[in-house]
Amino acid sequence: MSTTVETRDTVEALSVEKYKYGFTTEIAMEEFPKGLNEEIVRLISAKKGEPDWLLAWRLKAFALWQKLEEPHWARVEHPPIAYDELYYYAAPAAPTPKSLDEVNPALLNMYEKLGIPLNERAALAGVAVDAVFDSVSVATTFRETLAKSGVIFCPISEAVREHPELVHKYLGSVVPYGDNYFAALNSAVFSDGSFVYIPKGVRCPMELSTYFRINARNTGQFERTLIIAEEGASVSYLEGCTAPMRDENQLHAAVVELVAMDEAKIKYSTVQNWYPGDADGKGGIYNFVTKRGACRGRNSKISWTQVETGSAITWKYPSCILQGDGSVGEFYSVAMTHNHQQADTGTKMIHIGKNTTSTIISKGISAGHSNNTYRGLVKIMPNASGARNYTQCDSLLIGDQCGAHTVPYIESRNASAKVEHEATTSKIAEDQLFYCRSRGLSEEDAVGLIVNGFCKDVLKELPMEFAVEAQKLLAVSLEGSVG
Amino acid sequence: MLEIKNLSARIGDKEILRGVNLSVPDGEIHAIMGPNGAGKSTLSYVLSGREGYEVTGGEAIYNGQDILALTPEARAAAGIFLAFQYPVELPGVGNANFLRTALNAVRRARGEAELDAVAFLKLARTALKNLSMQDDMLKRNVNVGFSGGEKKRNEVLQMALLRPGLAILDETDSGLDIDALKIVAEGVNALRSPVFSALVITHYQRLLDYIVPDRVHVLAAGKIVRSGGPELALELEARGYAGLEAA
Ligand SMILES: Nc1ncnc2c1ncn2[C@@H]1O[C@H](COP(=O)(O)OP(=O)(O)OP(=O)(O)O)[C@@H](O)[C@H]1O
Ligand SMILES: [Mg+2]
Repeated sequence: MSTTVETRDTVEALSVEKYKYGFTTEIAMEEFPKGLNEEIVRLISAKKGEPDWLLAWRLKAFALWQKLEEPHWARVEHPPIAYDELYYYAAPAAPTPKSLDEVNPALLNMYEKLGIPLNERAALAGVAVDAVFDSVSVATTFRETLAKSGVIFCPISEAVREHPELVHKYLGSVVPYGDNYFAALNSAVFSDGSFVYIPKGVRCPMELSTYFRINARNTGQFERTLIIAEEGASVSYLEGCTAPMRDENQLHAAVVELVAMDEAKIKYSTVQNWYPGDADGKGGIYNFVTKRGACRGRNSKISWTQVETGSAITWKYPSCILQGDGSVGEFYSVAMTHNHQQADTGTKMIHIGKNTTSTIISKGISAGHSNNTYRGLVKIMPNASGARNYTQCDSLLIGDQCGAHTVPYIESRNASAKVEHEATTSKIAEDQLFYCRSRGLSEEDAVGLIVNGFCKDVLKELPMEFAVEAQKLLAVSLEGSVG
Repeated sequence: MLEIKNLSARIGDKEILRGVNLSVPDGEIHAIMGPNGAGKSTLSYVLSGREGYEVTGGEAIYNGQDILALTPEARAAAGIFLAFQYPVELPGVGNANFLRTALNAVRRARGEAELDAVAFLKLARTALKNLSMQDDMLKRNVNVGFSGGEKKRNEVLQMALLRPGLAILDETDSGLDIDALKIVAEGVNALRSPVFSALVITHYQRLLDYIVPDRVHVLAAGKIVRSGGPELALELEARGYAGLEAA
């Protein structure tokens, strides 16, 4: 038996049931009737006490969404999604807590179980957390500390009330409501998410992070995140995602918008571990997400780092619009798929300003029967003289039933631009495994070590506190889902 | 004590080992010499459990245990160590991380406490110094971009840290300059004890000036065709292997 075959069998023998975030939380919920219509959109908006302009915006998005078609150009397959069978709003029944002391203990417990202490005293040093449970934000820590330096970090529903001028100015300015099918859906029904504003010249004094948790059955999660860094500001933001194990698929269609002004820097890291479905491909999250950052200012920088191990289907392309001269876009990605998971992910780097640079490092790991596609666009506009892009896409295959695909699109309309693309596909070599095992490592540990080595260039981009977490996550996913 | 009895093995349907008999008592170091393609590396892989090497007959008993049924990692835990003829590169895997993971895996299997990063580093630095190796070896990725000689020294470093009961060194001397050769030999000699034994595979008598073997064996066409004391290596150096294969 060849080693790759054996590795695959070992991996398959370990059940994906090991997904350790698969528990559900019993808590009284308020849900709107299922299905989607104008009435539901109005209900959501009213529930949040939104101003008229926002309701109008939602309704326009909804009207457009009804005319749009679900996109099918990605290399993913799924049965039709019954949008009418979904719930578009679910929230813990209790009134919105004003402080951590008012948060339902069952929720605090759940986040504790996930390793995310919302109690500020116990929280990770220097990390402020916003926790989003189904449709609403349940707690945001360290707000006062942040407020001292002028940083706003709060649920977006609250920002709509407290900082309407900022939300009005920037919401939809990077991802317009009609951008694509899922963005339109999100614009119509988004219920919560995080809002971050870093004023001019401020370096955010701590890491910010949001943990998204889908709990309720048949409920879509449509969060919306908006981060604005004014001139010379900088921030590092991390999102983590988990969900219970459920037999039916659940839809997650988020939109994230980033805006960086002159000399501003935004680092956005994602550790996505939504429930991937079971070993036969039953259940799991459909993760259809639109993430885009606008480098509006001179020498601004937006850096996306993602470690994607979960979800039945991942469809996301965190992108950068490099408008400001000298602006920098980066995309560092690890996408790991196993069993019947499907990932079609990558980035778009749109070079508009002069001397803009972008770097793309993508590491795809496929195991089981999974399919893993890197899809990326590098577009150099006519005025982007001196633009540079470097792209590296590496795929690692575990077993012979999985697929890895690289689909790079390059459009250069400026002759002075330089675009480089490198791609490799490899398997974990038998001699590497044997070398490790002859030193005493179990086969699983050996695969974990080699895969972590393969991903190192990406993992080192994660904030320190989370790099170790991500490494463990890769190893755990390898146990249950190598890949 | 390692006892190999009538061991036969093949790769695919190619018969490579054809009844190897060999005993290495505790505390002894035996050299194995023999022409290219004789099966020396094959023997080392069979003893350490590499896949694709099918044992077709015979046995290998180490400290009373039949090792042929064990996984490679279980053999490592039992104290067997192979210094590879061609050490393998692990891109992105830091040497320190690799060494500590390996050491702790073996320690765990032996019921010993795991070492934290600080304790490990102390141990590793001492081992490096003993082998005249630079500390930056720990920071580099396992064998990636190492020169031929650095790779071989890295094998000996691993051996020094893992402290095996039975070391198999497959041409660890090839590619080493004369100073490195002495250092590697010292590394092996430092492990000498009543509970350590070694199989040293080499083409050159020179190594055996520094690691003086208790016995020298000649492996040819998959069999041990001659055994003797250290003087046998000198004789082979003078006359070559001519006539031995027929024996
Ligand atoms: N994977 C393989 N497939 C087919 N034949 C192999 C394979 N590996 C080794 N062999 C053959 O087995 C025989 C023994 O090889 P082995 O590497 O054990 O020799 P060796 O004694 O170590 O030689 P050297 O002194 O050159 O290192 C050789 O004929 C070799 O070609
Ligand atoms: Mg050999």
